[in-house]
Amino acid sequence: MTRPRSYGFQILEHTADVGLIARGHTLAEAFAAAAYGLSALMADLSQARPRTVREIEVAAGDLEGLLVAWLSELLYLFDAEGFLALEFDITSMSGQSLRAVVAGDAFDPERHRPGMAVKAITYHQVQVQQSDGYRAQVYLDV
Amino acid sequence: MTVKSSAPLEKIDDYRWRIPMSYKQGMRVPGLVYADERLLQTLRGDQAVEQVANVAFLPGIVGYSLAMPDIHWGYGFPIGGVAAMRPEDGVVSPGGVGFDINCGVRLIRSDLTVEEVQPHIRDLIDLLYRNIPPGAGASGRVRPIGVELDDVLAQGARWAVEHGYGTAEDLDCAEENGCLAGADPSQVSPRAKSRGLPQLGTLGSGNHFLEVQAVEAVFDPAVAETMGISGPGQVVIMAHCGSRGLGHQVCQDTLKVMEQAAKRYGIELPDRQLAGAPIGSPEGQAYLGAMHAAANFAWCNRQLITHWVRQSFGQVLGRPVEELGMALVYDVCHNIAKMEEHLVDGVPKSLCVHRKGATRAFPPGHPQVPERYRAIGQPVIIPGDMGRYSYLLVGTPGALEQTWGSTCHGAGRTQSRTAAMKSLKGVDIAARLAQRGITVKAQSASMLAEEASEAYKDVAEVVEVVERAGLSRRVARLRPVGVIKG
Repeated sequence: MTRPRSYGFQILEHTADVGLIARGHTLAEAFAAAAYGLSALMADLSQARPRTVREIEVAAGDLEGLLVAWLSELLYLFDAEGFLALEFDITSMSGQSLRAVVAGDAFDPERHRPGMAVKAITYHQVQVQQSDGYRAQVYLDV
Repeated sequence: MTVKSSAPLEKIDDYRWRIPMSYKQGMRVPGLVYADERLLQTLRGDQAVEQVANVAFLPGIVGYSLAMPDIHWGYGFPIGGVAAMRPEDGVVSPGGVGFDINCGVRLIRSDLTVEEVQPHIRDLIDLLYRNIPPGAGASGRVRPIGVELDDVLAQGARWAVEHGYGTAEDLDCAEENGCLAGADPSQVSPRAKSRGLPQLGTLGSGNHFLEVQAVEAVFDPAVAETMGISGPGQVVIMAHCGSRGLGHQVCQDTLKVMEQAAKRYGIELPDRQLAGAPIGSPEGQAYLGAMHAAANFAWCNRQLITHWVRQSFGQVLGRPVEELGMALVYDVCHNIAKMEEHLVDGVPKSLCVHRKGATRAFPPGHPQVPERYRAIGQPVIIPGDMGRYSYLLVGTPGALEQTWGSTCHGAGRTQSRTAAMKSLKGVDIAARLAQRGITVKAQSASMLAEEASEAYKDVAEVVEVVERAGLSRRVARLRPVGVIKG
């Protein structure tokens, strides 16, 4: 499992919404960092502990589409099932598909103060690039 | 990383600016931005104008790629964008509707005065917050079982009324009577349904809100009276929300399909988020069916909220709800694409009108305006920010002639959420609002900072521009008394 402290992400300014830039030595690390960034935007993670595990599999036509599909899946699990994703073990990854085992907590507004309510993951200026490791950029609709 | 737009804006008059087709190869029509010099300055810092030019690439677009004066940077379409497409060769684009399908606003009048309500405002806000829970982790009080959700998706607000949550009169006072025909619940994915089900009857978060307001000024007393607005001090209630997770998921599901469809149909676009499919194609029709179903979910949701507003007022004031005169003024949707009849070069044509952060504003006499408002025009509800005021407008012939019957939808942001939070760090927004007589309840303090007045344009400026440009007219200004933020 990739531990939270190694996740590198930063917030991108957008007038109405919010963007994320995530970095990693490998593509999988960058995708894990983006996923952690999404959770960190949606809730205060300081009291969150990985208690349950989900297996995730997504596919798309290209890497950018895969990034959107991956984050959309995690957003769906948060919104529909209250699963707050915290640790990401990406077990296999190609340009068009991704499998992961994700550990997370049951979202509880009392323990994990809600942050931004993310509605969806957009394709607006979505980028996945190799530059000094990997860099993934995505905008979220809030 | 932010790319500022270099799009030229040619001045037509004080309120209209054209982006010529020569700006970018591939634009099928020019862009047209409604703004005055002051509002134009707020657009310099982001990519909204560039997005107006990008929308002009969409096949089948007629006239102009339009932008209302509250335009700001969105994804794909700008927020405040309007585009009409020919059904024979045009596309429908989920980016032209947005994730929050049928995000909209409704206004409820009352016979109450602010003096009667003010002493109870804290209790009222607390009860409203319990009955209409906001966002994350909250469940609504109404949960259709099993196949009933498909009825909600097919019937919209009517489902709520038929189940005892409102009156037949409510249905008269909503755009499309609170139900878009052509909704196809079978095109809504099981995921979208499971995401939406627990959220029916909830308000949502972000810029969504419920406000108890007082009429502050009336600009046209005769028109106001027809809408049930009598004068300053009258209490009204405004709700702003959409189709919740169900609509978001419908859009998310569709984008994947649309990306591939756009490739297959050879549609080349400058932003992936603009992807669309021909209106008549299987992908286009599937999206329209699902999107209209999501729109109906939103109308049902706002109808349920109306019911709980009435119940909460009755309970806190200890009076029968029927005595409070809490009739619906109107309900508008400002994220939608639908078929409408419009004149193109003097000939009536059916067009697919996309309004992404724009409000329909039909004039007096239009057959789509409910009979009770036929003589005055369609009521248009424009929320401002929670610290200042909102507006009630009315549609005009100018809107029908210039903008496919469209006007602005709100104030429009000038500051990002993160910038607002940073600049207001340590400021107690709730206390500041309390000093101005506004009682507020929100899920978190940071949410209040994100939504503070500083982050928004002054809606009065926006409304002034749409009035001067002839897109709608001011009827009344409303000030917040109690605010619920998700």
